[in-house]
Amino acid sequence: MRHLIDITDFSVEEITELLDLADDMIANPRRYADSQRGKILATLFFEPSTRTRLSFESAMLSMGGSVLGFSSADSSSTAKGESLTDTIRTVGCYCDIIAMRHPKEGAPMAGSLRSTVPIINAGDGGHNHPTQTLTDLLTIRREKGRMDHMVVGLCGDLKFGRTVHSLIGAMSRYEGVSFVLISPPELRVPAYITRDLADRGIPFTEVETMEEVMPELDILYMTRVQRERFFNEADYIRLKDTYILDPEKLRAAKKDMSILHPLPRVNEIAVSVDDDPRAVYFRQVRNGRFVRMALITKLLKEAEQA
Amino acid sequence: MNIDSIQRGIVLDHIQSGRSMDIYRYLHLNELECSVAIIKNVKSEAMGRKDIIKIDDAIDIDLDVLGYIDPGITVNIIENGVITEKKKLQLPRQLTNVITCKNPRCITTAEPSLPQIFRLADEKRRVYRCMYCDAERSKK
Repeated sequence: MRHLIDITDFSVEEITELLDLADDMIANPRRYADSQRGKILATLFFEPSTRTRLSFESAMLSMGGSVLGFSSADSSSTAKGESLTDTIRTVGCYCDIIAMRHPKEGAPMAGSLRSTVPIINAGDGGHNHPTQTLTDLLTIRREKGRMDHMVVGLCGDLKFGRTVHSLIGAMSRYEGVSFVLISPPELRVPAYITRDLADRGIPFTEVETMEEVMPELDILYMTRVQRERFFNEADYIRLKDTYILDPEKLRAAKKDMSILHPLPRVNEIAVSVDDDPRAVYFRQVRNGRFVRMALITKLLKEAEQA
Repeated sequence: MNIDSIQRGIVLDHIQSGRSMDIYRYLHLNELECSVAIIKNVKSEAMGRKDIIKIDDAIDIDLDVLGYIDPGITVNIIENGVITEKKKLQLPRQLTNVITCKNPRCITTAEPSLPQIFRLADEKRRVYRCMYCDAERSKK
């Protein structure tokens, strides 16, 4: 059974095919309006995330499919003490595919071990968020027209920001991509990621301010400093306003740089940046729906062929 | 000091001095009914000092566990009082229920029935990574 747990579960060629399909879905949505009629997507959100859940549900409904699920662990059998694997096996009897978010890292992988239907990781703690990465990749390709030979800056909470980890893993597979990691020392990317980049000879630099690197960047990926990832409120308060993008800082950026953000933002991008043509984060949200449509289509097709 | 040679069983040789009790625990040798001899601080030309474990029965040894603890250990299989096979160890690609994940955010902390699976991520540095959460465990 094929699942999407980590973005690197898919080869570069598979991602290209998926993005091609998403592009076609954007161009010809009516062609796919009934393509999943009779299929059911279960959205199992053990941790609340309205935005990602709605994106999945919108994706399935846009293809004529149906959705069911829950939006917090309180309303699942977990509250009664049921194990995750039992929940997944049970829900697998009611649906054709599962999108799952869980606060514990590795939960979708654990769920996939005994699952009879494809599992999509819709975010597992601070670990991975591969469908956000697919969204990011589709956005980058649509905005830049390529995936290779560019400088990707990632800014903010790079330690707990799961979208950052997945994006680095995905973009590092394209030729000529280098990374600029902009964060306070406390929120640097985990050492295993930088060590992996170093081992593979992929260029990266770690800096503490965005001003010093702004002119180099082709992509600037902003992230939120997430309150829920901190053990300690004082640390959160101290760091949350460190990295705010405003028109003044943008003045030094390339004219064709693209600003991405997984959203929701708190205040790390000033609202006055929204009208800048380089701000693509709302188009990114729209892309998310279509790339999830493409992903559901791919996994259901492979499950049928299995 | 004399330890009787065994007729049929296993001798674990070239154990780093002081590590034999770790191996005794990891391999659950305390659960065996046969004789088990632990010989510590034996003089060795190659190692200076080494430990040896002799097991007086032909049991199934988990070579993955041994390879993880110390791939330099030699496993001698004894039949009729002579060595019939010497097994060389290597760092296993995967470890199941040998070590546990220390990441408090890992799903294994919430679901104790899950197998603890680690995969070899970096052979040179002897680093393993939790299959679920990617947290590293290194074996120095």
